[in-house]
Amino acid sequence: MSEEKLSILIVDDEQVVRDSLVHWFTEEGYEVEAAETAPEALARLAGRDTDLVIADIRMPGMDGMELLDKIKAEQLDSGVIMMTGYASVDTAVRALKHGAFDYITKPFDPDDLSVVVRNALEQQKLRRENRMLRQQLSETYALTELIGQSEAMRKVREQIETVAGVDSTVLIEGESGTGKELVARAVHRLSPRRYNPMVVVHCGALTETLIESELFGHEKGAFTGAQYRKKGKFEAAMGGTVFLDEIADISLKTQTDLLRVLQEREIVRVGGTQSIHVDFRSIAATNRNLTEMVREGRFRSDLFYRLNVFTIHLPPLRDRHGDVPLLATYFLDKYSKQMNRKFTGFDRAALDLLISHQWPGNVRELENIVERAVVVGREPLVRVHDLAVSHPHESADDWSLDSLERKHIVRVLEDFGWNQTQAAKALGIDRVTLYHKIRRYGLKPPERAKATRA
Amino acid sequence: MILVPIGDFPAELLEELSRRTRIPVGPARIDPQAAWHPCRRQYDSTRLLAELKAHYEGTVVAATACDLFIPVLTFVFGEAEMPGRVAIFSVHRLREEFYGLPPNPEVLLGRALRELWHELGHLFGLAHCRDAACVMSSSHSVEQVDVKDECFCGACYARVSAHPDLRAAACRQAAGR
Repeated sequence: MSEEKLSILIVDDEQVVRDSLVHWFTEEGYEVEAAETAPEALARLAGRDTDLVIADIRMPGMDGMELLDKIKAEQLDSGVIMMTGYASVDTAVRALKHGAFDYITKPFDPDDLSVVVRNALEQQKLRRENRMLRQQLSETYALTELIGQSEAMRKVREQIETVAGVDSTVLIEGESGTGKELVARAVHRLSPRRYNPMVVVHCGALTETLIESELFGHEKGAFTGAQYRKKGKFEAAMGGTVFLDEIADISLKTQTDLLRVLQEREIVRVGGTQSIHVDFRSIAATNRNLTEMVREGRFRSDLFYRLNVFTIHLPPLRDRHGDVPLLATYFLDKYSKQMNRKFTGFDRAALDLLISHQWPGNVRELENIVERAVVVGREPLVRVHDLAVSHPHESADDWSLDSLERKHIVRVLEDFGWNQTQAAKALGIDRVTLYHKIRRYGLKPPERAKATRA
Repeated sequence: MILVPIGDFPAELLEELSRRTRIPVGPARIDPQAAWHPCRRQYDSTRLLAELKAHYEGTVVAATACDLFIPVLTFVFGEAEMPGRVAIFSVHRLREEFYGLPPNPEVLLGRALRELWHELGHLFGLAHCRDAACVMSSSHSVEQVDVKDECFCGACYARVSAHPDLRAAACRQAAGR
C-alpha cells in the first residue's frame, strides 16, 4: 500500500527528547523534523504543510501553550499534541481547551504514544479530506449554476474566476432575474473566504431604521422593542462576504454610514458607542444605472467609486437567446428530479417559443415557466401549451377574454386527457357548460384533430 | 556482522539466536553500568548504542537482559541506528516472568528472534511495516511481538535480502513462511 508519508514536527528545547522522538517516529515510518524553540517551529510550519506538531509545554521564551495559540490563531493546518514532564490536570485541561488534540506526560508508554499519534493523524486526515471535498464541491458547484455558452456568459465566468482570488469589492450590474446573487455566491465560493459565511442583505426590502440595525446591529434598548443586543450583518459575516443586494435602494444617510464601514472596517452598533472591527469582503448588486443616479445626486459618488472597483455586467436573457435551450433543459432536469417526473425535453414548437420570447423577467422568469410546465405538462415532452408564455406572433385580438378562456379550457382539457367530467370539475363549471364551450370554440382532442387531417 | 552480549545474558539463548540467524557471536566488551539511570532504574539504550560504536568496528547487534529506555519513553524493546552499524535489543520484557508467569524458554526464543530481526531490519534502513504479520511491524507491547511472524513480508524481504550481510539468513526466514 503506497501512501504519502505523514509528517510530524517535534518541538522541545531538550536535545535528547528531540533526538529520541525523531528516531522513534522515523522508525515508525513518519517524516519527522525537530525544532528547538517555538519561533523556529512556527517558521518551519510556515514553510511547509505538517500533519502533526508534538510540542513540549515548558520551553524557555515562547512556551508550548503560546505556540499552540499561535498555530490556532494563524489557522495552520496541523494537529497539535502537547507533552510535559510535569503532569497536572490543570495544564491538561488548559491545553485541550486551547485546541490541542491530546496531552501526554513524559516519559510516554510506547503503546500510548503510538495510539495518541495514530488517532491524531487519523483525525487530521479526515479533516483534510473533508476540506478537500468541500473545496472541490464548492468549485464545481460555483460555476455550474451560471449556465450559458454565449460569449457574454463565458466572460462573466472568467471575470468571476479573476476577481474571486483577490479581496476587492465587486459590483454586479444586471436586470432583475439575471442571477446577480448566483454570481455573488460564485465569487464567494471561489474566494479564500469561502469557509466563512456569505451574508445577504436585501437593501430594498428594509426601511431606513431597520437597515441600520440590520447592517450594524444594535445594543439593548437602542430603540423601542430592542430587548436584546443584536449583531449586524457585517459582524455576522465573520471574515466572510457581505452581499448588498439592490444597493441603489438605500437612503443617502445609510450610504454615508456604509461608506464609513467600507473605508474604516469598523462599525458602531445602533445605540452603542464602541467601535468594533469587522473583517469582510463586500459584493454589491444593482438593477439600476448607478452612474446616472450619481449624476442626479441620488447616489454618493464616493460610495459608487468604492463599490465599483470591479464590475461584472450580467446580460439580460434576451441578449443571449442561444443560451435559452441550455437553461431550459437545466431547469427541466432540476424540477423533473425534484418532482419525480420523467420529462426528456421540449418539443420543437415549445423550444421555438422559448427562444423567441423576450424574457422581461430574465432567467428567473424562464425558471418559473419551466417549473410550471413540469407541474402541468404530460411526460415525456414539454409542449407549447404547457408553457405559460404569450406567443410572440399572437395578435392583440388574442388578448381578449374569449381567447384567454379558450386557451385555458384547452390547457385544462389536455391536463385531464380530455376527460370532460374531470376538466369541468377543475374549471369549477358543470359538464354541460363545458360541453357548450367546447362546441362554441370548436375544440377537438389532438387525436381527433389528427384523424380529421388524415 | 557479529552478535554480542551486554551484561548477564543467558549463554544458551545467545547460541541459539546465533545458530538461527547465522550471525557469529562476538566478544563482550561493554559494561552496562555506564548506561544505568539510578532514578529510572533502567539502562539508557541510546547510551549503549554509543558504547557499541566506540568498542566495536563493523556491524554489531547486542543482546541484553537489561531493561532499556530512551528518555521520552517508559521502555524500549530495542534500538538501532537507521541505517547504521549498531543495534541493541533486550529480552527483559520478553520474558514471561516479567508478566508474573512461569518461564517459557520456547516463547522467549521466538520473541527474541523477532526483536533481533526487527532491529536488523532497522539497521538496514527499513522503517516499520504496515503488514501486521511482518517482523518489521511496530510492536510496543509483548502481545504485539507475539502476533507477528518471525520473518519479513515480501516487500521488506526484497529490501533486506539485497544486503550481502543479511541475504543468507533472511532468505531462510522468507523460505520458512
